[in-house]
Amino acid sequence: MRHIISLLMENEAGALSRVAGLFSARGYNIESLTVAPTEDPTMSRMTIVTRGSDAVIEQINKQLNKLVDVVAVMDLSEGEHLERELMLVKIRAKGEDRDELKRMADIFRGRVIDVSSDTYTIELTGAGSKLDNFLEAIGRELILETVRTGASGIGRGDRILKL
Amino acid sequence: MELTGAEIIIRCLQEEQVEYAFGYPGGAVLFIYDELFKQDKVKHVLVRHEQAAVHAADGYARSSDKVGVAIVTSGPGLTNAVTGIATAYMDSIPMVIISGQVPTYAIGEDAFQEVDAVGITRPCVKHNFLVKDPKDIASTIKKAFYLARTGRPGPVLVDIPKDVSNQKAEFEYPASVSIRSYNPPGKADSTQIRHAAQMLLEAKRPMIYAGGGVVQGDASLQLIELVRLLGAPCTNTLMGLGGFPASDNQFVGMLGMHGTYEANMAMQNCDVLLAVGARFDDRVIGNVAHFAEVPRKIIHIDIDPSSIAKRVKVDLPIVADLKLALNELLDVLKSSKQKPDAAELASWWKQVNEWRVKGGGMRYKNSTEVIKPQYVIETLHKITGGDAFITSDVGQHQMWAAQYYKFNKPRRWINSGGLGTMGFGLPAAMGVQLINPGETVACVTGEGSIQMNIQELSTCKQFRLPIKVLALNNRYLGMVRQWQEFFHGNRYSESYMDALPDFVKLAEAYGHVGMRIDNPADVEPAIKEAFARKDDLVFMDFRTDSTENVFPMVPGGKGLSEVILAEDL
Repeated sequence: MRHIISLLMENEAGALSRVAGLFSARGYNIESLTVAPTEDPTMSRMTIVTRGSDAVIEQINKQLNKLVDVVAVMDLSEGEHLERELMLVKIRAKGEDRDELKRMADIFRGRVIDVSSDTYTIELTGAGSKLDNFLEAIGRELILETVRTGASGIGRGDRILKL
Repeated sequence: MELTGAEIIIRCLQEEQVEYAFGYPGGAVLFIYDELFKQDKVKHVLVRHEQAAVHAADGYARSSDKVGVAIVTSGPGLTNAVTGIATAYMDSIPMVIISGQVPTYAIGEDAFQEVDAVGITRPCVKHNFLVKDPKDIASTIKKAFYLARTGRPGPVLVDIPKDVSNQKAEFEYPASVSIRSYNPPGKADSTQIRHAAQMLLEAKRPMIYAGGGVVQGDASLQLIELVRLLGAPCTNTLMGLGGFPASDNQFVGMLGMHGTYEANMAMQNCDVLLAVGARFDDRVIGNVAHFAEVPRKIIHIDIDPSSIAKRVKVDLPIVADLKLALNELLDVLKSSKQKPDAAELASWWKQVNEWRVKGGGMRYKNSTEVIKPQYVIETLHKITGGDAFITSDVGQHQMWAAQYYKFNKPRRWINSGGLGTMGFGLPAAMGVQLINPGETVACVTGEGSIQMNIQELSTCKQFRLPIKVLALNNRYLGMVRQWQEFFHGNRYSESYMDALPDFVKLAEAYGHVGMRIDNPADVEPAIKEAFARKDDLVFMDFRTDSTENVFPMVPGGKGLSEVILAEDL
């Protein structure tokens, strides 16, 4: 099953490689991984999307907790949570396609952030499935480039991951 | 007071009361060695290969309750140390390794003797650090010792660039340490302990399975008391030997691939299993699916949550310091009005004793023609009174030592269980002998393993270490040969050890005493003579039966009750 795991870790050189190394060494899969410092610059927040049986997910949580640099771990998918992903997509936009593509971006609440005579670059945020749907709606032949951040997650309401 | 980085490092080691550090100098650690030279509190043991430095620090730690220390240079010094570090990691041995690094300004330039030490060791250390500023050295070393010895112990590497060891900083050794992201478990949850006590008191067929955690966690006395109180059979893993006395009638021997029939059958047929400081690894319980077929309640006490429910589902997980948890459990059991059911226990013991008879204990057919390896170990046990520190290498001789040397005390059996590192025995014995001066230390090895770190005979000479080396020389990589006989149609691919050296001359060349023993009748007199030479390292080359196999054996991938006994073949 798909799980979205959130963790706080020391913002130190090599901390990311400890997490990434753990996943590869133990044969766990990573669908996506995002990381950036938090409001406390000594700490980074990471969101990992992974898949595995309950036993594997339990081990992932335990092994992550065992890393000395990891401060706290939460499996967001165990409760109510929000997920957002940012995508930048550059599409071929020529002639009569331009209006149609702009409308499509509006429908998905995307924003055109760069324009050239032949292209649009669109910024879109949402759940991963929404981004997938947008790409499908545009059609592969028009897509020149996509950049996705992978999911960032946060618990709803009082579910807070903090030191 | 301002000190150089190198001075700070040595002061830190002194503060940690490190008596011996094992190492090998080189370019990146020259400043550190210069400071070592100027003091005499931390004694340095010069090994002949960095792998041996780490194994020696490992043996030092295993046979005491101290943290082992090794110092190696950058590049090849570090890579040579990696096998030793991985060995310590797999067996959870507390150790601090200080490695030199190229100067900070050269890092990343593929400088001479540069290697990414933190990257290379990351998967086989508990934690590691690269220190880029001399003012961070003291706090980092303090953390390294704290991490190494607390929680589930393990090796911690501190990588120090050459310029950092030469720059000055204010020195103050921190009195305490706290790491916000690291909180090792302490006492157990009292509800869980009461629950465990209840399950154990209600058990009809209780079984206690104790591993290396009991030895490393110094919880042997608590385990003994618990086993006696419950009246249950107790088994030890390879790593746990000595944690419960082998001579006790409640001891059913080692379990696992080469464990006793009774231990394995009791594991399979008990109704409540208490696992303490053990991790259900593949060499211990074999096939997980087979193990899970028989329903039983499992209580698992371990300091590392990730060891619980990793391979086997557990009914009652207890994450705690073993010694504290066992003390709590003992308190609850002793204050409980309920006692173990004597009638049920008696019928359980009747069954266990039937397995003991069927398994026949550890047995082999002795010979007057050819030396049986098991006989050498039995004789070693007899001559040393079962009280020596025994290190081993890896292979058949290791299993025979585990089976036939009856360990009654913890920290006496020193072997590489997890990683299975050939070449471990002799350097480990050096560390054991140094921290236990005057004690009898023997290294049981094979003609294959001993050659993987034979150069340490030179270190033994320099430091006058009177280790007794017992090489069970069967001219084969015996365990490989055994598997080839059983599973590969007797095709002994590359397992014959041709062109062996004359070990007697070799020992003499290093300045030691060598003995070659060919006849069974000479085994006992030779061991007696060797151990009477208190001040000498004696290398005993026993020419043993090359066809002898290790029994019982649960083949890889099979279940614990699918055992091959000696008479089956």
